[in-house]
Amino acid sequence: GSGARRAAEAVANGPDSVEWEGRSLLKALVKKSALCGEQVHVLGCEVSEEEFREGFDSSINNRSILYHLSHQRSLKPSRQFIEWKWVFQRRLVYHDLFRDPLSWSKPGKALPGGPLEALRALDKRTGSGPATIALDSLSWLLHHLPCPILCQTLHALSRQDSCPGDTLPGEQVRVLGLLHEELHGPGPLGALSSLAQTEVTLSGTMGQASAHILYRRPRQRPTLQTQWFSILPDFSLELQVEPLLESQPPSDLHTPSVDPTTHLTFNLHLSKKEREAKDSLTLPFQFSSEKQQALLRPGLGQATSHIFYEPDAYDDLDQEDPDDDLDV
Amino acid sequence: MFPELNNLLNTTPEGAEQGKLTLLCDAKTDGSFLVHHFLSFYLKANCKVCFVALVQSFSHYNMVGQKLGVSLTTARERGQLVVLEGLKSAVDIFFRPQEEPHPLQFLREANAGDLQPLYAFVRDALEPVDCGEAAWRCPVLLVDDLSVLLSLGVGPVAVLDFVHYCRATVCREWKGNVVALVHDSGDAEDEESDVLLNGLSHQSHLILRAEGLATGFCKDVHGQLRILWRRPLQPTTPRDRSLTYQYKIQDKSIFCCEPSSEPYSL
Repeated sequence: GSGARRAAEAVANGPDSVEWEGRSLLKALVKKSALCGEQVHVLGCEVSEEEFREGFDSSINNRSILYHLSHQRSLKPSRQFIEWKWVFQRRLVYHDLFRDPLSWSKPGKALPGGPLEALRALDKRTGSGPATIALDSLSWLLHHLPCPILCQTLHALSRQDSCPGDTLPGEQVRVLGLLHEELHGPGPLGALSSLAQTEVTLSGTMGQASAHILYRRPRQRPTLQTQWFSILPDFSLELQVEPLLESQPPSDLHTPSVDPTTHLTFNLHLSKKEREAKDSLTLPFQFSSEKQQALLRPGLGQATSHIFYEPDAYDDLDQEDPDDDLDV
Repeated sequence: MFPELNNLLNTTPEGAEQGKLTLLCDAKTDGSFLVHHFLSFYLKANCKVCFVALVQSFSHYNMVGQKLGVSLTTARERGQLVVLEGLKSAVDIFFRPQEEPHPLQFLREANAGDLQPLYAFVRDALEPVDCGEAAWRCPVLLVDDLSVLLSLGVGPVAVLDFVHYCRATVCREWKGNVVALVHDSGDAEDEESDVLLNGLSHQSHLILRAEGLATGFCKDVHGQLRILWRRPLQPTTPRDRSLTYQYKIQDKSIFCCEPSSEPYSL
């Protein structure tokens, strides 16, 4: 959770899944913004206002005093006057798109103009002072608005202070969006993440939640950081160090290898001399270059083989070639 | 209802929680026993039940209900139970003059639009009537099942919107409950089914998932039941509570046990 504010920071409090839900983190970030004195506007599509406010204490839910300072730069320092404005407003304003988003109820309880107008109207409401807009959820908006229109509207929301000069450094709008990753294809996911300056993907192991945070700064390489965290019952965010991995499951016990040749009545081992003799032996059917030479040039020392045949009394010596009559 | 399931879910008809969306899901097995359980559970809990029954006939549910100790016919007669019998009324829609919107109006349209008429039917059926006498305990919507709507041409976002409105009205406004069955086809190419299942999972407070055993059919164990409690009131742990049991369905009861480490011999 970063406390630093940047100009036109658009944060996608990004993908969560059914296993690791993201609304708690969204609420924790909303609480953090509200406690910093910002006004928070929540566009609530998926849960009711009561459910969203559940768990927040009265400092967030009730009306409180926000004061801010406006001063006119155009005056000379000696004539500068500072005006303190005391404004009573709720820190957290919930724009309810949950009850009747599609105008099905009669009498209608819908926000006028439907989801798109409700989204665009957030632009105008965050007029004075630093503010945070939380979209709960981007998935719902993506299902009900065409992706290009949603992207353009989000872009306009986060760039609303682009007019130079007049805006004070503190008057920027931070946009947080909750997205359920499994509900969308890669196209819309890619389009939304390209809009975001920070993308937080939730997962975890062994009961401990972690956030993989991808920072995209202009003209810099994106950086990825993993942060382990937990959210307390009052939606305070507690950052944690990486949990120690549990010891690996015990590997198979190594039985000491037993030498099977130790208790034999015959000898399986070779002495050194025997090994040498074995290694130098040429196998009869192994075709080596020496053998090749020997076959090509029968040496003088090699005797050609003779067959000695002693016919006995019953043999019928027929000098004719028995295969003569074959026509081959 | 199956008392054993009540024990696993730590609930009773008298002490049932309100304002919850329960998702029933089955994968490679038949999860309809969960529908029968919740139908008889809420009737016994004296709740007003609207049953959108798209898969079987009324007499089928009645027959199973009688084994589990409730009579759907009686409940319907005394106004406790309102049933939309999908198989019957889907035919009516083509042979009746089009006077007023029919809950299954989308069947007539070339592009199945939204399910607003179905939502209107549910709303009219369950709207609390202030009649002075002791009313039913809380309204309950039971749907068997939502995947049928996908196969009838309704888009997954339209089904999600329907459940959203039911949740907003029945759960939030009237403090009732919604229970719906969805099939997990397990087919990686069935994106619509995945979007519906995942979208509903995000909206649900409790997910009961009946799965066939990975090793295949077994005489003694019909499947595995996974119970996932989501959306706890307090985010004490990011990971929601989950339990797994193996079950065998008998005629009027269900036997559940912890998963055995021994592989079952087929």
